[in-house]
Amino acid sequence: METLRPDNETQVVEATQWALSSQSSLEICGTASKRGLGRPMETAARLDLSRMSGIQLYEPKELVMSALAGTPLAEIEAALSEQNQHLAFEPINYSALLLGDGSATQGSIGGVFISNLTGPRRINIGSARDHILGFHAVSGRGESFKSGGRVVKNVTGFDLSKLIAGSYGTLAVMTEVTFKVIPAPEKSRTVLVLGLDNNTAMRVMSEALGSPYEVSGAAHLPERAAKESKVDYVTDANAAITAIRVEGPGPSVDFRCQALRDIFQGTGEVEELHTQNSKTLWSEIRDAALLPDKGDHQVWRLSVPPAEGAGIVRAVLDKVDGAVFFDWGGGLIWLSIKPQTDAANKIIRGTMSQGGHATLIKAADQVRSSVPVFHPQPEPLDQLSGRIKDAFDPHRILNPGRMVAGR
Amino acid sequence: MKMPEPDADILARRSEIIRKMQDIVPGEGVISEEDELRAYECDGLTAYQQLPLIVVLPENTGQVSEILKYCHETGVKIVPRGAGTSLSGGALPLADAITLGLGKFNNILEIDYENRCVVTQPGVTNKAITDAVEIRNFYYAPDPSSRIACSIGGNVAENAGGMHCLKYGLTTNNVLGVKLVLMNGETVELGGKHLESEGYDLLGLITGSEGLLGVITEVTVRILQKPATARALLIGFPSNEAGGDCVSEIIGAGIIPGGMEMMDKLAIEAMEGFVNSGYPLDVESLLIVELDGPEVEVDYLIGRVDEIAKKSGAVSIKISQSEKERQQFWAGRMAAFPSVGRITPDYYCMDGTIPRHRLPEVLKRISELSQHYGLRVANVFHAGDGNLHPLILYDANIPGELEKTEEFGSEILKLCVEVGGVLTGEHGVGVEKRDLMSEMFDEEDLKQQQRVKCAFDPGGNLNPGKVYPTLHRCAELGRVHVHDGALRFPDIPRF
Repeated sequence: METLRPDNETQVVEATQWALSSQSSLEICGTASKRGLGRPMETAARLDLSRMSGIQLYEPKELVMSALAGTPLAEIEAALSEQNQHLAFEPINYSALLLGDGSATQGSIGGVFISNLTGPRRINIGSARDHILGFHAVSGRGESFKSGGRVVKNVTGFDLSKLIAGSYGTLAVMTEVTFKVIPAPEKSRTVLVLGLDNNTAMRVMSEALGSPYEVSGAAHLPERAAKESKVDYVTDANAAITAIRVEGPGPSVDFRCQALRDIFQGTGEVEELHTQNSKTLWSEIRDAALLPDKGDHQVWRLSVPPAEGAGIVRAVLDKVDGAVFFDWGGGLIWLSIKPQTDAANKIIRGTMSQGGHATLIKAADQVRSSVPVFHPQPEPLDQLSGRIKDAFDPHRILNPGRMVAGR
Repeated sequence: MKMPEPDADILARRSEIIRKMQDIVPGEGVISEEDELRAYECDGLTAYQQLPLIVVLPENTGQVSEILKYCHETGVKIVPRGAGTSLSGGALPLADAITLGLGKFNNILEIDYENRCVVTQPGVTNKAITDAVEIRNFYYAPDPSSRIACSIGGNVAENAGGMHCLKYGLTTNNVLGVKLVLMNGETVELGGKHLESEGYDLLGLITGSEGLLGVITEVTVRILQKPATARALLIGFPSNEAGGDCVSEIIGAGIIPGGMEMMDKLAIEAMEGFVNSGYPLDVESLLIVELDGPEVEVDYLIGRVDEIAKKSGAVSIKISQSEKERQQFWAGRMAAFPSVGRITPDYYCMDGTIPRHRLPEVLKRISELSQHYGLRVANVFHAGDGNLHPLILYDANIPGELEKTEEFGSEILKLCVEVGGVLTGEHGVGVEKRDLMSEMFDEEDLKQQQRVKCAFDPGGNLNPGKVYPTLHRCAELGRVHVHDGALRFPDIPRF
């Protein structure tokens, strides 16, 4: 397969027009770190955006940055860190899970937004999609267009930024993205409650999230998951761990930690992690590094109403041999199971009658070809999504089949 | 402002349409008498008025679905309407369209504290949601200044903002799900009580789509625990530059205030004359900074902001010492519009957003334009997020003055775009800024947006004449221009 590496937007337009005129399809990638996400594709050529790289605008006092889509995430994080800022939505680093190499931050900024992957801070700061302000792209019609701007408050025209986030390159080739950046918290601490069962943990997390103490992370690790951590406190506890994070100015963090400890008094033994350990634990939670059985196990990611997390996990683990941990106060379930040809698709999705979705994050290519990777949608919604695809890419030349078979 | 020519066929079918609507919505849900239609002739942008063909007030999703399906199949236009508080004419009726009022959808359906969300019908007011959960100390964060009257459905349609957006986000960051009726009568559910949607983010697309894509009949919003305390600083500056610098320095120091509002001299005078808030009258610009959170955090940040303000050249600083005093600081700003209304027969409220650091320059140029047009301007500014509300003072009874005001307003919005900002921060495009869209977008950008519209409403029957200046037929928009010859591209690096 041939790889095209455009240097600029004009060449991206040319590449899409070539694909249109020769009835070929294109696989779009930045650094290809998330190629294993979504359905496997067969395309005529690969459009590699890694040469379209570089920060175009960074104004720390305006809380805004623009970068070409192929800019490495590591470069962006380094620039932000110099100004004590960060991407508040904590983009997931899938390299450990998908590539077996978690040593470095991988991926491009385009890939981060196009897959809308968001870490633990989702519960109070939103997703990647909440941070895009605008973008430039080339549609599957071979035309360049833009949407949004560089300011936070903007209701001028349809918010196509939301649509492009999470579209996995099936609507348009994003060439440049402008996004919100946020001051990094002065201090971060995590309160741990030891030995809770899943049900009690859901209640404790709900209480923490319903308190005025601005919790920025709420996860529950059953003992098997806690054992996977590199943080001694967590591993050595030999118990399930419920982790509640608070961040902000120093005096405030101290106060809120104490207030949360007071709430948890009598629920279980309480510990506290300080900055470095707290950071390590939350990056493990973010990157799903706490799932046991790494090898060839299949991995699912379930987004559900938070209060239903424990019930859904009970129903799944009744029927499937697997391991889990919870993030987002119970609203996000990471599940690894023994490999099966249907990835237990019907059983897992059958437990989610109250809404939500399950995504098959990791499985062999042939499994991801036959089992819907993304949650199947009811017919009217599926048809509407098809019409949206046609509005951008009527000849289905961009990442065809990555999200839904046949389009 | 030119609206699409009314369709004579539809006008001729009026009695038939009334009968059909009465079949779908029994009782008093169909309004066709002129004196009753008057109540619907405009929204919050009162400069434009038009009687609708008829008004229909359905009571449930099934009826909305039947109405839309009928209109889709027989080519009747629909203008959805919430509480009618839009400042951009988003709910302006059309002579040949049904105005679909959602006022009877006025119940909160479920309060779910465990999942920290509220499921509500769209006609419920923004403030009523907070009122319903206040007993457990929760609230709904976005707070447009019309929150007593505006409906949550309208908030979703317009992606409403408010004073606390910088820290707590706009409507789009606080909506978890909607039930949406499509123009063909189909009903889809987008999102829900879970935090993240999968597939194309149609929930994000619907939010702020100004009633062009579907009709919302149910909304799920997230609710937050109220901050434990809030305190405010009232800071006066000798110039707009100094005030603007202070805002940048606060954010540069990593502080995100719960609210940060700035106003210029004329606005200060108007507000202080109307509400006795204790605003200093000898300053050129005034900043209200509110910090919220645990008491220890608020006290700490108040100290830091106080220091920054002094370094930025503040000439007066007051720090609220009680909840009563904090509310007093806000009272003037909250009454910005009526205060200005007291010193002028009419005013026209603009709504651009600019990169924050361009504020002094933009204010200077607005003041030059003000001299040029001979019209006074009072400026209030959501300083944290760059959203500027110039209020142009005029008198509609003087012939030609409204037109002059509109021209002045257009010049201000063009200026916002020129400095890297946008036409509208929170009021919407509607009919008001429709013809300015090409200042910000080129033809391809606008066509791509309209193709999205075609995916929802191929007949163009839902809220036509709003947001987009040129209406293209969907068939024409759908064509792909394929270049001849399967040329391989020698100048693209290949590997």
